[in-house]
Amino acid sequence: MHAFDYIRAERVDDVLAALADSNTKCLAGGTNLLDLMKAYVEQPARLVDITHLPLREIQALPEGGMRIGALVPNSDLANDATVRARYPLLAQALVAGASPQLRNMATVGGNLLRRTRCHYFTDIGFSACNKRDPGSGCAAREGSNRIHAILGASDQCIATHPSDMCVALAALDAVVEARSASGVRRIPMDGFHRLPGTTPQRDTELRHDELITAVLLPASPFAERSRYLKVRDRASYEFALVSVAAGLDMQGDTVRDARIVLGGVAHRPWRAKAAERALVDRVLDDKALAAAATAATEGAQPYRDNAFKVTLAQRAVARALREASRA
Amino acid sequence: MNTTSLTSKGAARRRFLCGTGALTTGIAASACIRVGDAAAAPANAAAIAQAPGAPVPVRLRVNGHDYDLQLEPRVTLLDALREYIGLTGTKKGCDRGQCGACTVLVNDRRINACLALAIAHAGDRIRTVEGLAGAAALHPVQAAFIAHDGFQCGYCTSGQICSAVAMLVEARGDTISAATADVRRKGPVELTDAEIRERMSGNLCRCGAYVGIVAAVRDAAKRV
Repeated sequence: MHAFDYIRAERVDDVLAALADSNTKCLAGGTNLLDLMKAYVEQPARLVDITHLPLREIQALPEGGMRIGALVPNSDLANDATVRARYPLLAQALVAGASPQLRNMATVGGNLLRRTRCHYFTDIGFSACNKRDPGSGCAAREGSNRIHAILGASDQCIATHPSDMCVALAALDAVVEARSASGVRRIPMDGFHRLPGTTPQRDTELRHDELITAVLLPASPFAERSRYLKVRDRASYEFALVSVAAGLDMQGDTVRDARIVLGGVAHRPWRAKAAERALVDRVLDDKALAAAATAATEGAQPYRDNAFKVTLAQRAVARALREASRA
Repeated sequence: MNTTSLTSKGAARRRFLCGTGALTTGIAASACIRVGDAAAAPANAAAIAQAPGAPVPVRLRVNGHDYDLQLEPRVTLLDALREYIGLTGTKKGCDRGQCGACTVLVNDRRINACLALAIAHAGDRIRTVEGLAGAAALHPVQAAFIAHDGFQCGYCTSGQICSAVAMLVEARGDTISAATADVRRKGPVELTDAEIRERMSGNLCRCGAYVGIVAAVRDAAKRV
């Protein structure tokens, strides 16, 4: 790890002032940032420790929603009684990620900014990575790409977004609240993470001068029937090959509304709107599940090592929906 | 010894020389001039403290004792414990948050010391494996690991034990895990083997002593 300066911020305004310097980064849980700094992937000249800011509150809003401070640790959020009651999907996604130790450190704001696990991004021994070094190429396209994207990738980058929490937040129509010197901005999850396109160095729409202060959750109709299903190479403490956040709003046997978001398949949580449409106003039988599963991977473009993800994603969607309907 | 060498002016200057090549910010440039002057002139502690990434005073509270250290901001809590304080019970396995050997308790919560900066934990209550036993007896989790042969080589053991100590407290507090069937159900956790395995999954054992580890944790759960 290169040497860097450290300052501890007590107020949000101190952080915003520090972020005027493009070589300054915020330190919260540090579980991803320090790891990447040890690998020399991230080389900030200065860290602003934001963990002492008053952004640790979990508020249940009267109209049924919630406001979650950006510095709430993943473990606290997963165990919060209101989250478990109103958003079991989010609680399930949170405990599916990382390890208990890492969840005690990792924060909601940090998890939103978690960077990809693409081997070629995280190892500077590989020179071609457009995300790390724009214009240098993409070693993953012709390389070992078993863990890479099958949806929404570009010629420039086929990396996947790694967070479980974000997949659930996308399914729950969460909104990210960010502050900068020019005020407060609310960014819906649907528009927070980006597809790589020609600028894969940018994971999200968050600007460098902005600080995530909270995540807002609207009241959800999916509390009774939801399921976060994570498929991975080992039973625990491992990232998703494919994951599915499924939520169902049912009237009897008929689907009134559905949410299907996939993780591990794209540069961002992948909302499968065609699959959702395939279910609305239908009885949730095997035919409907099969239709949704097929629609979920519409337009998939696998690479040499990850063709299995197409079938895996389809089966995971069907299983997550079936389990959600029985939840 | 490390503390002494890192606080010496020579070490600070070496850091400064490394730093100026890599850093191009205004901060670095201005520190550059100041420290350059200091290098030519007699020692100037204030200027050295402003060199990028130079050691700064950090007080850590570990196992009830205060330690006054001079640490570069980049020193991890793990390295501070082992290399600066000399508490080598906490182990460095992967050093990247993937094995759990470095698990310590900070304000009673288990964390990976390898992915934490020491400077960020000034003022926190840090507890390592050395701080678990009482004056007369081992901590019940330590005793259970011995009774159930919860190790082979022992390298992961201090991390496993610290992790288990915190996990048993978590389990008494109505917490969920990926092994919990219904996250909406309230009430005390039933520590089945599946729950123990999932809740201890942040600690890898390359020897594969998991059967003994699960038995030790199951037994200790009745005693703490």
